Amino acid sequence: MLIAMPLGIGIGYLLATLEFPGRRLLIVVTQGLLASPTVVVGLILYLLLSRQGVLGQLQLLFTQTAMVIGQILIALPVLIAFSLAAIQGADPRARETAVALGASAPRIAWTMLVEVRFALMAAVCSAFGRVVSEIGCSLMVGGNIAGVTRNIPTAIALETSKGEFAQGIALGIVLLVVALGINSAFAFFQGESRR
Amino acid sequence: MSLLGVSTLTKSFAARRLFSIDELTLLAGESYVLTGENGSGKSTLLRILAGIEAPDSGFGHYQERRFDWRPYPDWLRRQVIYVHQQPYLFHTSVADNIAYGLRARGIEANERQRLVAAAIAWARLTHLLAIPPQKLSGGERQRVAMARAWVLKPKILLLDEPTANLDAESRRQTIDLLRGFCTARTTAVIACHDRDVIELPDMRRLDLMGGRLHL
Repeated sequence: MLIAMPLGIGIGYLLATLEFPGRRLLIVVTQGLLASPTVVVGLILYLLLSRQGVLGQLQLLFTQTAMVIGQILIALPVLIAFSLAAIQGADPRARETAVALGASAPRIAWTMLVEVRFALMAAVCSAFGRVVSEIGCSLMVGGNIAGVTRNIPTAIALETSKGEFAQGIALGIVLLVVALGINSAFAFFQGESRR
Repeated sequence: MSLLGVSTLTKSFAARRLFSIDELTLLAGESYVLTGENGSGKSTLLRILAGIEAPDSGFGHYQERRFDWRPYPDWLRRQVIYVHQQPYLFHTSVADNIAYGLRARGIEANERQRLVAAAIAWARLTHLLAIPPQKLSGGERQRVAMARAWVLKPKILLLDEPTANLDAESRRQTIDLLRGFCTARTTAVIACHDRDVIELPDMRRLDLMGGRLHL
């Protein structure tokens, strides 16, 4: 998430403000990827990273790095699409005012992001939600190796398939608490700054 | 002395020619009211002068320097401030709004605080400092926007209907500020229907009618 956040919001901002050929196509593709099943993301990444794959030499398959790459890919479309919508939906006078007051391009960008911070927070929340709830990609590229690439969702799937429901439920509760905790922390900051 | 001029300026929207201005010269230190019917292009003309929109054709000169809108030069942007009819205030604080342009110009913190304090005193905003800008009334926003422009000491001030949609008291306060702003240092162009503004002393008249500018 820490990597995907600036990347996704940055791309979203550029898509919202720059005019270039292929921009519409990129937007459509991003919106399409919002619905991409995580297991398919995992499959594509698996094919790329496997020994025979294009990126096979990096030997990343079944590592935590591979899982992180997968989760970045899963979070990105949500972040891009939502921040694009947030910035396009901003009051046009905000940008004009920044321009008229002599702000440089980076300062204008920063001002716009601060102005739409609540909508960006929602983008981050839903991207986070997509990442914690996904299992397909982690399972595929991580391999669910105990102590290395096993995360809570893959552990729940494993315990349940073994018939260890109690263990699965316990892990499920842990995951829910963590997810709720982080989302309420977001909500708290949002409430603070809104006054 | 001529400060800002534009020549052969044209602007159309779709097939409709909005205006075509052969020559407009603003003299240093003078104040102008720009009148004309709704939709005559007053706002668009101000926005073009401020570099927020580009004309279809035409060029300008500032003092001796020639410029055009591809792109509008940064050195000129430093001299010209445009204020919207309903000014937009950033969702920060009143003081941060006033400091915005100073930050953009790289003024260091101590100097910035001093200038912002002076602008707050000038526009009589002290009692509003603790209120989030979104909660201010139309008249209060207008005054914050005027202070935000005043603090930058622009050579040219472009105001779009500053007294429209304001109640009587806010109008009076805004006109008071206007009078203080339109000094020898600042050349002002005010798009306006308001009799009280038009009849301010030493106002020159510009009238945009039928796509032509009449002096």
